[in-house]
Amino acid sequence: MGGVHPEENKISNDAAIEVMPVPAQMVVMMNQHLGAPATPVVQKGDKVKVGQLIGEAQAFMCANVHSPVSGTVLKVDTVKDAFGITKPAVYITVEGDEWQETIDRTPDIKRECTLEPQAIVAKLKEMGIVGLGGATFPAHIKYNIPEGKKAEYLIINAAECEPYLTSDYRVMMEHPEEVCIGVSILRKALGVPNAYIGIENNKPLAIAKMQEVAKQFEGIVIEPLKVKYPQGAEKQLINAVTGRKVPSGKLPIDVGCVVSNLGTSFAVYEAVQKNKPLIENILTVTGKKLPSQHNYIVRIGTTYNDIIKHAIGQLPDTTGKVISGGTMMGRAVVNLDAPTVKGNSSVLVMDEGEARRNPETACIRCGKCMHACPMGLEPYLFSALVKNGRIEDAQKHNILDCIECGCCFFSCPANKPLTDEIRLGKNKVRAMMAAKK
Amino acid sequence: MNLLNISGSPHVHSDESTKKIMWRVNMALIPALLVAIAYFGINALLVSIIAVVSCVLFQWLIEKFILKVPTTICDGSAVVTGLLLAFNVPATPSMMWIVIIGALVAIGIGKMTFGGLGKNPFNPALVGRVFLLISFPVQMTTWPVVDGIFPMHFDLATGATPLAAFKEGSLGSDVTLWDAFLGHIGGSMGEVSALAILIGAAYLCWKKIISWHIPVSFIGTAFIFSAILWLVNPDQYMDPLMTLFTGGIMLGACFMATDMVTSPMAKSGQLIFGVGCGLLTIIIRNWGAYPEGVSFAILLMNSVTPLINRWCKPARFAE
Repeated sequence: MGGVHPEENKISNDAAIEVMPVPAQMVVMMNQHLGAPATPVVQKGDKVKVGQLIGEAQAFMCANVHSPVSGTVLKVDTVKDAFGITKPAVYITVEGDEWQETIDRTPDIKRECTLEPQAIVAKLKEMGIVGLGGATFPAHIKYNIPEGKKAEYLIINAAECEPYLTSDYRVMMEHPEEVCIGVSILRKALGVPNAYIGIENNKPLAIAKMQEVAKQFEGIVIEPLKVKYPQGAEKQLINAVTGRKVPSGKLPIDVGCVVSNLGTSFAVYEAVQKNKPLIENILTVTGKKLPSQHNYIVRIGTTYNDIIKHAIGQLPDTTGKVISGGTMMGRAVVNLDAPTVKGNSSVLVMDEGEARRNPETACIRCGKCMHACPMGLEPYLFSALVKNGRIEDAQKHNILDCIECGCCFFSCPANKPLTDEIRLGKNKVRAMMAAKK
Repeated sequence: MNLLNISGSPHVHSDESTKKIMWRVNMALIPALLVAIAYFGINALLVSIIAVVSCVLFQWLIEKFILKVPTTICDGSAVVTGLLLAFNVPATPSMMWIVIIGALVAIGIGKMTFGGLGKNPFNPALVGRVFLLISFPVQMTTWPVVDGIFPMHFDLATGATPLAAFKEGSLGSDVTLWDAFLGHIGGSMGEVSALAILIGAAYLCWKKIISWHIPVSFIGTAFIFSAILWLVNPDQYMDPLMTLFTGGIMLGACFMATDMVTSPMAKSGQLIFGVGCGLLTIIIRNWGAYPEGVSFAILLMNSVTPLINRWCKPARFAE
């Protein structure tokens, strides 16, 4: 149902993962995850090591934050994030690269995991693991199945259906075994018989490699998926793998599913087997007009400018837009001095021409937005209702089911910014619901 | 370096546009136009040009001097209206001025009074056509006699469409099904050749501008309904295949009923719309005052499109 086929543009597919050097100063944001910010547990002048806890999760919906570098805490202050919003942060002046002794930095692959499910979840919490698919949902909450619910399927999202992004693909090509160990650990934590790794059919090499490695593991099934955006969206992925459908307003666990991103399973491997907190991102630096394409392993907190400078020197003169994420759901970066955070998957540079929106024309009621919507909604109707202030009607027509995949705007021949209008409408509906309470 | 652009996602677009859609519809009308020129000669070409030019001109004048909005004549929609209007009139010399009135009604009343492209409840070309049919009944039903391909002279008064002849009780025995399929019959200039229309419709389907739902349900319903009548009484009712290939069913089902603006959006709604058009067409043809009912059928169904849209929702995910 629905979906579109944007140009794939996986031009950084063949760029092996490189290690990005550590910058001279690091700004580590305290809310890099969904929920409340972590509470700083270091003060100005403290010495920190790589992997040391600097922000503690004290609220329920929160995740630990660790220092990605070694050095001295310069200040505990705030910083403007990539989208211009001020957030609490710890500034660290980098000195050397001294890691905590507990972290296993050897290249050996450690397969056996003797931890019990509860201990695994505790480890995920300790290491500050969050979902790396974009939502940055704290992993210890996701893998702690609430009373009365039962997980039957673990689904690993390796669809990477967003144009341009290649970080998951590179992880599968370079670290398939670690990924499978991470998936096995998550499978054990949930106590489910099988884990399914969904990969879109446009990545035959990754499918072959993962199938070969998965043979050595019990209960890991590689699930090739039809190429169609948004195949990797949670509800669509669950449907493609299990045939089940998550009803409106429900969570995957309500149909017995837990979905995790492929990058997360690699981070889980490092956290559980190597004692390494989530302090690094695997990140694609790409763009049609860039002189070179890269995939990097980056210390979380490295700024966009640092990354751009190291990868390509400077942005091309004709740069129109810098996006964090893919072209369909990524966000346009406002502030290139901002530090990267957990879950960042790319620095995507678009040219002026590509970045320009075509002028809006009249709606011709062609219904393309409706046919493209993977949730079976009516975007044209939301647009009209929101413009006319009919927020309750928008809610009745299930505007909150919108997953903001962008298929409606993508396919609209009148260039109506439907996704923008729906986002606005969703916010208005939420505000209305909050006011009613 | 320039300032960076900021916008919400998505950051890419399919590059589809209203303009592209409209010009593709115009492309799809070319086979039928060529057949019309082949059968009806230079008159067909002249009527088409006059209709298109007047539609575009009226739209420009109204946008520029009455509505005072940026002009949209380049989007090709007025050209589509002009061509379809021309296809719905006979290719006779008197049409060369009558069609200008039709264009004014189609664009002025059918489209711009409602706010222009996308806002009109009725198919503008059909509004123009029906206005002319009521106002100029004689001229609108005087058909040039088709006498071979690329005829040099016409005998205007004696021609009758197979439908009109049938209405009067005598289907000319010389009209074969094959003639009707290829277009070698009397009629409005764009509706005579089912083959040319189907070629255009296939192109639109391939480009995903129309889907099969409306044409198939329209033509299918008309076929089944007329087949039932014919089986009950073959002397009184027309053979179902002849029913399909004469008059405007093919043109209506493929190009007029499928107009995005005035037809339902959901596939289920499109099926209801097509069935309604098919039923009404056969009812009007057999029991109405006019020998042809396609225009009225489509306009009537246009009027219930908002209701159909309200009723026929797409299947929600997980419902």
